[in-house]
Amino acid sequence: MYSGVPTVKRTAVYVYQTPVRIWHWVNALSITVLAISGYLIAHPLPSLPGEASDHYLMGTIRFFHFVAAYTFMVGFLFRIYWAFVGNSYSHQLFTLPFWRRRFWSELLHELRWYAFLEKEPRKYVGHNPLAHLFMVIIITVGGLVMIVTGMALYSEQTGLGSWQDELFGWVIPMVGQSQDVRMWHHWGMWVLVIFVMLHVYTAIREDIMSRQSLISTMVSGWRMFKDDRP
Amino acid sequence: MATTETFYEVMRRQGITRRSFLKFCSLTATALGLEPVFASRIAQAMETKPRTPVLWLHGLECTCCSESFIRSAHPLVSDVVLSMISLDYDDTIMVSAGHQAEAILEDVRTKYKGNYILAVEGNPPLNQDGMSCIIGGRPFVEQLKEVAADCKAVISWGSCASWGCVQAAHPNPTQATPVHKVITDKPIIKVPGCPPIAEVMTGVITYMLTFDRIPELDRQGRPKMFYGQRIHDKCYRRPHFDAGQFVEDWDDEGARKGYCLYKMGCKGPTTYNACSTVRWNNGVSFPIQSGHGCIGCSEDGFWDKGSFYHHVTNTHGFGIEANADKVGIAAAGTVGAAITAHAAASAIQRIKQRSGEHHEENDKA
Repeated sequence: MYSGVPTVKRTAVYVYQTPVRIWHWVNALSITVLAISGYLIAHPLPSLPGEASDHYLMGTIRFFHFVAAYTFMVGFLFRIYWAFVGNSYSHQLFTLPFWRRRFWSELLHELRWYAFLEKEPRKYVGHNPLAHLFMVIIITVGGLVMIVTGMALYSEQTGLGSWQDELFGWVIPMVGQSQDVRMWHHWGMWVLVIFVMLHVYTAIREDIMSRQSLISTMVSGWRMFKDDRP
Repeated sequence: MATTETFYEVMRRQGITRRSFLKFCSLTATALGLEPVFASRIAQAMETKPRTPVLWLHGLECTCCSESFIRSAHPLVSDVVLSMISLDYDDTIMVSAGHQAEAILEDVRTKYKGNYILAVEGNPPLNQDGMSCIIGGRPFVEQLKEVAADCKAVISWGSCASWGCVQAAHPNPTQATPVHKVITDKPIIKVPGCPPIAEVMTGVITYMLTFDRIPELDRQGRPKMFYGQRIHDKCYRRPHFDAGQFVEDWDDEGARKGYCLYKMGCKGPTTYNACSTVRWNNGVSFPIQSGHGCIGCSEDGFWDKGSFYHHVTNTHGFGIEANADKVGIAAAGTVGAAITAHAAASAIQRIKQRSGEHHEENDKA
């Protein structure tokens, strides 16, 4: 026996393919820009002095919002495409095993783990059930709501008959009026902000406390397991 | 009663010169955003077409639409429109009264079946069998349904007829209901606003009478030519918005300099109307020009969207009125505190576990 050599065997699985990882970080950046610029559109910075022709601050902030929005949207479409061509973990974001009993029991286990009622979390190659549920609700459904309401508002400036209006203009009368769409788009921002807080916290916590890697996985794509037990 | 006189004949009879008539035609073509060639087409149509009878009904309303309409900016337009439409019934301004007046409705219905325009100002209340609005001894909703049955099209004047307006504001005790929810089998043109702009009203009616068709409407049934863009899109203060120059207080330097009123709750960015182009009172001014934000009076349910001085709408249904930012900041703070507490608990647990393992190892040794 060689003493000093670690006795724990570590296994690794390739989970997140390169396009998914790039998408994740591009998405993170665009959501950050969207939330900040969006907040500043609702609550503009203090008024600037001088001539109107000297400045274009609000215009620039709105420009950043729209660029980030298109980035988010193109990313969203790409991610849907990748769910079809990517590996088996790539369609987790769009599928929820709602009718599988095991999913719910594992979800309960995960909740108990967060409530300090379980000594040890289970191992998951893809998302754990709690993360899976949140990802589907916030990123997929929530992202779609933000895209649809956001594009409806954007269509107000591109005008009647523009493709944005043709595709998304119906949202405004469906929700009520323009002001209501703004209100729900604004609520959506807060939902995403709170999600990001929870997401970052749990990613760091799980990286330290769970039996698998998380943060490095979203960089390298490899999921490392810290032990060999089931 | 209307005869087969053409618009042009009526106008000549009223003492309008041909020169003024042609000026009116080109002005109308311009106001409707049509090509120059349409001026002569309007003239031709008005010279040859018989006048169309218009019945103007009044439900639950404040008469601000009528007040606006009779002040149509260009005297020519108001003169012409009031004489060219054969306004056969308008209980607010007509001379006849009582049974004599009510008989006109029946008369027009039979004589011009399917060929008259019904203009509705205000809306019918449906609660208590509609008795919150009685016209000629009967609920207004009955009169409305009867007259609408044989009309060619309905014009919903103002926010009352189009959306419901103040009498339909929460909790709407009389159940005041916009016209399109009561009359469902006729084309309806919504001309919202509280009131709508005079020239918009005359413009819509002129278009319908001269071209004998309904103007192009948007998804919500409003004429695109007047409601296709927001106040914000054509606001003369828009450069200040783009620059980031706002009125922060009602009497600050920005207010004196005419900066953007967005922070004062201006609803220009969410309101579809022609105020920033057509303006009011002979094109003299409009709310933003006089230093007050738009209150969004031509939008659906504008009474129920919270303060006129905040553009972030209050959200109902949370017990108390709340806006997204208040709740959002509180929720983010709560979640932040919860995360901190959870992280601390996790750390403590981990330290306990570690020391437990350490003891086990020590025990083994």
